[in-house]
Amino acid sequence: MEQAFFILLSAVAVGAGLLVVIARNPIHSALALVACLVQIAALYVLLGAPFLAVIQIFVYVGAVMVLFLFVIMMLDVRKEAQARFLPRAPLPGVIVLLILAGELIFLLLQSARLHAVMGPGPRVAEQPSVADLSLLLFQEYLLPFEVASVILLVALIGAVVLARSDEADEKAAQGKATRGAAR
Amino acid sequence: MIPTSWYLILAAVLFVIGGAGVLLRRNVLIVLMSLELMLNSVTINLVAFGHALQDLRGEIIAIFVIAITAAEVAVALGILVALLRNNHTLEVDELTVLKG
Repeated sequence: MEQAFFILLSAVAVGAGLLVVIARNPIHSALALVACLVQIAALYVLLGAPFLAVIQIFVYVGAVMVLFLFVIMMLDVRKEAQARFLPRAPLPGVIVLLILAGELIFLLLQSARLHAVMGPGPRVAEQPSVADLSLLLFQEYLLPFEVASVILLVALIGAVVLARSDEADEKAAQGKATRGAAR
Repeated sequence: MIPTSWYLILAAVLFVIGGAGVLLRRNVLIVLMSLELMLNSVTINLVAFGHALQDLRGEIIAIFVIAITAAEVAVALGILVALLRNNHTLEVDELTVLKG
């Protein structure tokens, strides 16, 4: 039963992922990515991490992808419809991809040795609960947690500074100049 | 009980698909979305190993990855809007200089 769910979810995730790369319209790509991220959230539930699944849907689907859709709709995407892929033969990119795929297949085939190293792992009867997760996060990983919040603040300020238009700067400078002249 | 290797195979497939988007697509927005896909495939690996080893640290790292990704997307989209304002293009083969 679990395996059937896994196959269903991963098939939809791979299909949606392909659609992200293939789709002509960026909005279709974004919606396909939303579908893919929801499948991955369901996979987290299968992996016994329901909290992470909720975070995935809140942060990725709720915040990140809505931001993407907002920017796509704000920008003009009409002329993108003609050329999807890089125009000059993207041969080096294809070669790099084939090497990457071959390497990953090789490593997965070698993973029997990895399993021997990993061992079966201590089997705990009950799933770890969200309370266990929060205890670990707020005791052992408290410093990284605080640093992550500082990083979010820096990103917020950076995004505001980057997206600010030069006209606003000029207007502010003009306003200061006129105020200075009036005085 | 799902074997861990199934998750690893799924993550590898998604990673290669995302890499194809990053290397072959022309639109910067699609390149960014493909990067998100690659990050998610790595997160699947982390959670799958954490589940297999009965260790919560995989989930903790996944939470941090998600937080950093949110910050990264905010900055990247800010850069993208500034780029479009200055260069009037979103195609990666025309954005060949770092100087805005």
